[in-house]
Amino acid sequence: MINFIDNRRKAYLFSLILIAAGIISLAVFGLNLGIDFTGGTVFQLTLGEDFSMEEVDKALEPFEELEGAVIQVVKGRDLTGAPTDEGVIIRGPYMGEDRREAVMREFQDRFPRMDLDDSREESVGAVIGAELTRDAILALVIAIVAMIAYITYRFEFKFAVATITALLHNIVIVLGVFSILQLEINVPFVAAILTVFGYSVNDTIVIMDRIRENIKHRKKSEFAASVNQSINQNLMRSINTSLTTLFVLIALLFGFHYFIGSLDLIVFIVALILGVFVGTYSSIFIASPLWLNLQDYNLKLTRRKTA
Amino acid sequence: MKSAIKPGRFLILLVLCLLIIASGYWAFDSAADREEGIRRGLDIAGGLYVLMEAVETEGREVDEDTIDRAITIIRSRVDELGVAEPVIAPQGENRIRIELPELEDVEQAREIIGRTAMLEFVGPDGQVVVTGANLVQARAERQMEVSVNPFVSIEFDRTGAELFREATQEFIGQQIAIYLDDEKISEPVVRAVITDGRAIIEGDFDFEEAADLALLLRSGSLPVELRELESRLIGPTLGQRTEEIAVYAAGVGLALVLLFMIIYYRGAGVMAGVALIFYLSLVLWALNYLPTTLTLPGIAGLILSIGMAVDANVIIFERIKDELRSGRTMRSAIEGGFQRAFRAILDANITTLIVTVVLFVIASGPVRGFAVTLFIGIICSMFTAIVLTRLLMRLAFKAGIIRSGAYMGVKV
Repeated sequence: MINFIDNRRKAYLFSLILIAAGIISLAVFGLNLGIDFTGGTVFQLTLGEDFSMEEVDKALEPFEELEGAVIQVVKGRDLTGAPTDEGVIIRGPYMGEDRREAVMREFQDRFPRMDLDDSREESVGAVIGAELTRDAILALVIAIVAMIAYITYRFEFKFAVATITALLHNIVIVLGVFSILQLEINVPFVAAILTVFGYSVNDTIVIMDRIRENIKHRKKSEFAASVNQSINQNLMRSINTSLTTLFVLIALLFGFHYFIGSLDLIVFIVALILGVFVGTYSSIFIASPLWLNLQDYNLKLTRRKTA
Repeated sequence: MKSAIKPGRFLILLVLCLLIIASGYWAFDSAADREEGIRRGLDIAGGLYVLMEAVETEGREVDEDTIDRAITIIRSRVDELGVAEPVIAPQGENRIRIELPELEDVEQAREIIGRTAMLEFVGPDGQVVVTGANLVQARAERQMEVSVNPFVSIEFDRTGAELFREATQEFIGQQIAIYLDDEKISEPVVRAVITDGRAIIEGDFDFEEAADLALLLRSGSLPVELRELESRLIGPTLGQRTEEIAVYAAGVGLALVLLFMIIYYRGAGVMAGVALIFYLSLVLWALNYLPTTLTLPGIAGLILSIGMAVDANVIIFERIKDELRSGRTMRSAIEGGFQRAFRAILDANITTLIVTVVLFVIASGPVRGFAVTLFIGIICSMFTAIVLTRLLMRLAFKAGIIRSGAYMGVKV
């Protein structure tokens, strides 16, 4: 049996460092928010022929608002592995319908073989992004309250506190990593964060269930041993479940990276992979030991009261 | 008890497994069909998505009724364009969401859906004499001579015709201006009193533009001004490639999962694999036949629910192994394992279900799609783990495929 409980301070310290680094980075650099949050325009154009950046720059010249636009070259492959036509992704500020149409027309004139079916043009007003963030945060807060209620009803309040703490820990770490790496995030990232949320809950509750079962006929002084036993009994399940989930995710990561080359999709899968690691780690090293600490703390409180 | 495989029971189990695998193939095949299968969101299938907001202007308040009327008018415009399966729906209090898959002419669609198309005939004294509200017919026409621009011929209803007669009588020899959305498009001189309620609108447009204008006038003007908040135009092949790759990659990932389960849990792993295929066909079937749309965030929900479905089986098998290690017989270990795993699976799944319900109620758009898919996934996964895996394990035990711990990789 591995002794997780006696070594929990090390895990706490490790997590605190990660969280501190994440929060500092979030405070200083923030997140690299994409157009879904800030508003703006994205063109992804498959140009259908070889092109140079100068040609792209020239096509963009008449559009002052796109002066500071970020331009990225995308290369994909079809299923046989043969490279598909190169394209560009242009990210700029919000543009009205007629301006966007003018950009499209300019590119069609300059690149007559441009494949419209293989292109996209998205434009988001700033209001929408603000609402997306607000709705997602509001939904998470309410979901957390509802979860605390359910876990308190089925287990007890301290289990709920430990589970939610582990959950927030995971989300802060994932956000922190994205802040440090400054990867651009969009709507799919929100879905990924929600998935991390769901994965963590599932992972933690199952261990909590073991603890609930193992402490039933134990004295409070033996709780530490029970928690450690529960984590160990659950270890193979934690490993196997995260492994199998990673199989699917890594296959998708490879597929999206090699064949599509779209950053949004890669960011999405990377967030999920990170979430699986952090979720598994926290349910073993953070959530269960934390419950024990809460239990001890409670014990001290009641002793002080009776004394 | 320790005798060999029982042929009769084994046959039943084999037939059941083959049926499940066949139904899985069928479910996948019908769901994958781009026409008849699962309804794909625009981020996968391509198309035009526009979110518009009604703007309050003087004398034109925005309420439920104006939004409803605006939707009806936009729908009739879109119908004239002949777009298959358009979605035109209110969102929140003052917004309209428009989703148009498979567009022929995007520019035309965009030109038409958001245009207010308020037509006004204004006399030389600046008074409005008659508006597009009194219109019954509008048609684009052209003459044989190339020199004459195409024009739109319109026909007023009885009230409109009367108003127009009065105006042409009053302003004979003067100009009547024709405005479309406060923009003057022509200013013809009245040559005679027009009593039959017919008029033509000339302007500097080609035939296509005249046809669009006629369409707009026929469907009526919007009761309120609409402003674009969000617009996404995604080419059909772009999303199709993403989908193809995602399906192949997920297939490879799942094959690895099945392989791992079989290597690690032996006979029980095979049963879990069959259960997993059943789970997937259940989810695909539900997504196919319930009124849902699969989007990229939805795929995230799907991946999570696959993870949870595998997890449920892993929890069950680890519990069975625990029971075996504590010296129970295979038969009682299966029953005990399921009983103990049940509570953990139930609590974990219900907690996640609560999250999906909250997300569904509060969030809109992409987050909602995630919630719906995850909800369906969790229900299917719970059903599969609790009912089917159990049934398969019992059958497998009775058929003699998993007789002792060694058949699940436990060293006793």
